[in-house]
Amino acid sequence: MTKPTLSRRSLLKGAAAAGAASAFPAPMIWAQNIKDVTLRQFGTGVSNLNEVGQKVKEDLGFTLEMTALDSDAVTQRAATQPGSFDIADIEYWICKKVWPTGNLQAMDVSKIKNYDKIVGIFKDGKLTPESTIAQGTAPHTVGFTDGPDGTTFASEQTNWMTLIPTIYNADTLGIRPDLIGRPIETWAELLNPEFKGKASILDISSIGIMDAAMVCEAMGEIAYGDKGNMTREEIDKTMAIFTEAKKAGQFRAFWKTFDESVNLMASGEVVIQSMWSPAITAVKSRGIDCVYQPLKEGYRSWGGGIGLSKNLSGLELDAAYEYINWYLDGWVGGFLMRQGYYSAVPETSKNHMSENEWGYWFEGKEATDVITNPFGDAMAQAGEVRDGGSFEERMGSVACWNAVMDENQYMVRKWNEFIAA
Amino acid sequence: MRAGETNRHLSGWLLASPLTLVLILFLVLPIAMIVVVSFWQATEFSIIPAFSWENYDFLFGSPVTYRVFGNTIKYALIVWAFTLGIGFTVAYFLAFHVRTQTWQIALFLLCTIPFWTSNIIRMISWIPFLGRNGLANSALISAGITDEPLDWLLYSDFSVILAFVHLYTLFMVVPIFNTMMRIDKSLIEAAYDGGASGFQTLTNVIIPLCKPGIMIGTIFVVTLVMGDFVTVRFMSGSQSANVGRLIQNDIALLQYPSASATAVVLLITVLMVIGILLRFVDIRKEL
Repeated sequence: MTKPTLSRRSLLKGAAAAGAASAFPAPMIWAQNIKDVTLRQFGTGVSNLNEVGQKVKEDLGFTLEMTALDSDAVTQRAATQPGSFDIADIEYWICKKVWPTGNLQAMDVSKIKNYDKIVGIFKDGKLTPESTIAQGTAPHTVGFTDGPDGTTFASEQTNWMTLIPTIYNADTLGIRPDLIGRPIETWAELLNPEFKGKASILDISSIGIMDAAMVCEAMGEIAYGDKGNMTREEIDKTMAIFTEAKKAGQFRAFWKTFDESVNLMASGEVVIQSMWSPAITAVKSRGIDCVYQPLKEGYRSWGGGIGLSKNLSGLELDAAYEYINWYLDGWVGGFLMRQGYYSAVPETSKNHMSENEWGYWFEGKEATDVITNPFGDAMAQAGEVRDGGSFEERMGSVACWNAVMDENQYMVRKWNEFIAA
Repeated sequence: MRAGETNRHLSGWLLASPLTLVLILFLVLPIAMIVVVSFWQATEFSIIPAFSWENYDFLFGSPVTYRVFGNTIKYALIVWAFTLGIGFTVAYFLAFHVRTQTWQIALFLLCTIPFWTSNIIRMISWIPFLGRNGLANSALISAGITDEPLDWLLYSDFSVILAFVHLYTLFMVVPIFNTMMRIDKSLIEAAYDGGASGFQTLTNVIIPLCKPGIMIGTIFVVTLVMGDFVTVRFMSGSQSANVGRLIQNDIALLQYPSASATAVVLLITVLMVIGILLRFVDIRKEL
């Protein structure tokens, strides 16, 4: 590593920071000014964590302001207020909506140091060379554009990325095994009359429709061409099945926010519902048995990434690239993986996790000791295994990615009818 | 002489202008904007500012719209009936049964105590209370009134209306209490002297004199309920819809023009309701 005009004191502080320092190329001439830079990032609460902002200040010297919003608000802001942010932390399906507005700028892949190590899902869509690509808005289909000013998506890898992948996971149904008392193996159970008045689905149309489609397909009622891009007829049939179930009193409630899903489950109002992985943890942390049930049809998956605002340039743009490289360098990855998400560059995250943590979260091994999340809450005891197993098992059985459909507007109207039914 | 007159003219205009400006800027312009946008079109990515009836076509062509408006009006009517009943009784008690002014003020303040917290909190606190394993159900079961927990207590029309009544009754109490306090006590004595029974005094003297208060309370409650979207969402567990939620969903999905169209129709509906109400009572004259 070439020699220090390294005036970032903070980098030299402490062993961990020194480790991080050695991983970076020599700092640029702007090292002195960088402390004055403030980058404004907004995104969903998932990865917009204050710890990340603090660590950025420590490691990189500049200020990262974070705003956490729900996914609807994130989409709105990215699409309508390009001046209000520097970095957008959004999901790939949101990118599909937002990218054509031209509010984000493409990122030069050659400036991304760990690009080669990014998981295949985000590059050619394949986890391993044999994998089949799941339905829906698979990240690689909206991950690249043709040039620095491209507003359309490239069909294969190019030198210009739309989003740098940061975090992703595989979602499934959450259940209360203590109140159900028998094994649950298929998505079809959501509409099983046995759970009448005790089921729930999320009321975010773009995601809810996918869960609904997983259920209808599992019931054998509908065979979809592409669950992530349904035809009007498929939407009609799906909503008809769910409307009928709703009228028959299958659902206790629909939820829109994380907290609602936790409360529904923890209070026992609901015993089976669509759920997000941290919500399961939140229920468990109250001492209530809750399982993120792997199902034979596979998972509905989602992925997020960070995109750069069109307005970034000069020093701030350099700082943003520095931030991206730091993001993929492992500390954030470890931080997120210890909460049950996956990082885009697992190899580097491994350096920031203990062997036990890596074994439990990534390899699907039995925990050898208590597993705690970064906030100190116990997530699992020794001997427990992660629901769904290893990274390859979970991300290898993704049936569908969160998506935006061509018939989105029609779908939304149908969803509204379903809610009003 | 002439100069003085123009001056007076001018100062009149100047005096009126701040309010006019504020109203134009913050009331007329936004509403005009909503009306304009309601004729536009939107795709996922952009808003197309070209005149089109499409939003209204869809709105009036969809059975959902009628169902949702019907639901909204149903909520408004039921909530109105309950808040009026409870509000009038409370106000009557405060105004005519509580004799000393100190007690009147103290009890009146007591009514406002719930308003010291946010209305979201007041609403959400019902959820654990009414839940399947909540206080209400465990009380009912231990009292032997039911064997099974009652599911309809929460996430139903019942819970929505309960929360509305809880939230908005005070808006009925205050204006009715206010008009009741203005009633000349000698009128009531005169009614008794004239041989009217208590009930006759109520229907022939007190209620007619309270009309402006009832009307103001009604306007508050009806407009609040018709414009609400939060209470319906939380208390019905997103299972019921009213117009506010329709608009909210559209906004969340960046369908601003369609949201505007719904908002315009809602605005017209509410204005019509208020127009009808005002035909019954001339608030200005009676205040």
